[in-house]
Amino acid sequence: MVDKNKKIKMLDKPSKPVPSVQEIQACFYLRYAPLAKPSFGLDIDINIPGQGITAIFGESGSGKTSLLRCIAGLEKNVSGSLHVNGECWQNDSMFIPTHKRSLGYVFQEASLFEHLTAIGNLHYAIKRNSQAANPELLEQVISVMGIKKVLSQLPQQLSGGEKQRVAIARALLRQPKLLLMDEPLASLDTARKLEILPYLERLRSSFNIPILYVSHAVDEIVRLADHVVIMRQGKVLTQGGITELFSRADLTLGVSNEVGAILECNVVEIDTKWHLMRVTFDGGELWLPNKQSEQNKQNDVQRIRILASDVSLTLTPHTDSSILNVLSGKIVEIINDEEPAMSLVRLKVGATYLLARLTLKSLQKLDLTLGTRIWIQIKSAAIVR
Amino acid sequence: MSLTDGDIATIWVTLRLATTVTILLLIFTTPIAWWLARTRSWLKGPVSAIVALPLVLPPTVLGFYLLLAMGPNGAIGQFTQALGLGTLPFTFWGLVVASMVYSMPFVVQPIQNAIEAIGERPIEAAATLGAGPLDRFFTVVLPLAKPGFMTATILGFAHTVGEFGIVLMIGGSIPGETRVVSVQIYDHVEALEYAQAHALSGVMVIFSFVVLLTLYTFQRKRKAVSMSYGR
Repeated sequence: MVDKNKKIKMLDKPSKPVPSVQEIQACFYLRYAPLAKPSFGLDIDINIPGQGITAIFGESGSGKTSLLRCIAGLEKNVSGSLHVNGECWQNDSMFIPTHKRSLGYVFQEASLFEHLTAIGNLHYAIKRNSQAANPELLEQVISVMGIKKVLSQLPQQLSGGEKQRVAIARALLRQPKLLLMDEPLASLDTARKLEILPYLERLRSSFNIPILYVSHAVDEIVRLADHVVIMRQGKVLTQGGITELFSRADLTLGVSNEVGAILECNVVEIDTKWHLMRVTFDGGELWLPNKQSEQNKQNDVQRIRILASDVSLTLTPHTDSSILNVLSGKIVEIINDEEPAMSLVRLKVGATYLLARLTLKSLQKLDLTLGTRIWIQIKSAAIVR
Repeated sequence: MSLTDGDIATIWVTLRLATTVTILLLIFTTPIAWWLARTRSWLKGPVSAIVALPLVLPPTVLGFYLLLAMGPNGAIGQFTQALGLGTLPFTFWGLVVASMVYSMPFVVQPIQNAIEAIGERPIEAAATLGAGPLDRFFTVVLPLAKPGFMTATILGFAHTVGEFGIVLMIGGSIPGETRVVSVQIYDHVEALEYAQAHALSGVMVIFSFVVLLTLYTFQRKRKAVSMSYGR
């Protein structure tokens, strides 16, 4: 492991004093030729945080990639304006070409230069970086991305996961003010995905670059994003903090069996006997399995997801159940699910919201209505990270 | 059976012509190939057709029009006269211009195909890494399209060496200036000098075989390399 304190320094150079908060203001209008089969356009006007990881989420064809390409200046014939942390990249009278924008772009396929070795690809970025060469940065990026062993190889000799890590390293070495990632894991199988996700998490903690992360995979977003922009048919449906958006019942994010709330928790106790850990959140506490692979420590901040289908409700607290986690809360919203048998119930626990997916039948059996105080049961084993 | 001084002079003219034409074509048609490979303009069709015309037209047709254009009253002729260069027909440089037109598709098409095969992505990736347009061309497009440029060079050269009709129309047969190997062989046969014709023809057969062998060996090696890396 690399010394954590050393890592945080990099790329942390404060940019010019910005009048307002750190923010990316993007306003784009784009209409593709009418020949394009499903006539598609982009009509966007958003302000998103100029720090942390912002996920751009939506089904395929919702315009996520187009938005990213507009921000990168890769899309021609787009009107609009773009300001990144106080710097203007595009407005009605000017358009900074892609190669003059301080951005890194990670494409869905690694898109390495096939005629250059991995290290050659990295040097390609370093040579064109306007900032002074920083040998420490190269070393740090190589170690964070874990690509030391493959540096002398050609892209054709690398596995899909290695290629994508080299591509991310290459984008980082540009020392960009904004990193754009277009479904960097979508072209990889599940095993490779799991291989890269920890590197992306390290990216967040090691380099202080705002990242726009396009994805349609809920699990990636849950692990990585701080802020979420939801797109539908070329427009922004809504945006907000990740815990806020995922606990809303009216937005079905992802397929119905993936619906679930996200909680930010603090690890307060590690139970070595039962391999469990106790975490607290704003409204209660939970026990969950302490996975060996995760090396959780006390006071760690953990983000967990509680799927709506893993939550059940009772009117009285059960003590004879196998369920470890029982919380008290009340019903604040009931929404009919797409499936006629089901409904989605939004629960308030302290200051936190949870979602439960119940059949309409049990809803009626227990006489559950808005404001009903209930006990919430969550299976520990079902809590996902 | 040996080559006369006259034969060797024609070989020399031929090589000089083919080299000049190939170099000039690589320089002047790469932008055309680049444009054809990446444009979405409606002009792509017409321009492609014009570039490919020499593939189907008889050399005499092409030579006839070029002769008129380069003559004293033609557009090119007026231009070269205004520059004080005189007219081009029956000069080495007239032959160069005609050969460039005639061999153009053999150079443009392989380069165009190679650039099309690269696609937009590596070029966009280079742009996001801070490479400007020229930088992108020389550091990404050129190395990735290298096989296409190699094929274009070999085909352009070989095709110029092998032309006959257009040379007769434009260049005539001035020894040391415009008399190339193919015309020399024709003259030998006309004069019933079969031994001489044999010698030169043999040289041409061997040359052409070696060129094509080089081309195909090169292409097969590329394929083998990319297959051994494939995963």
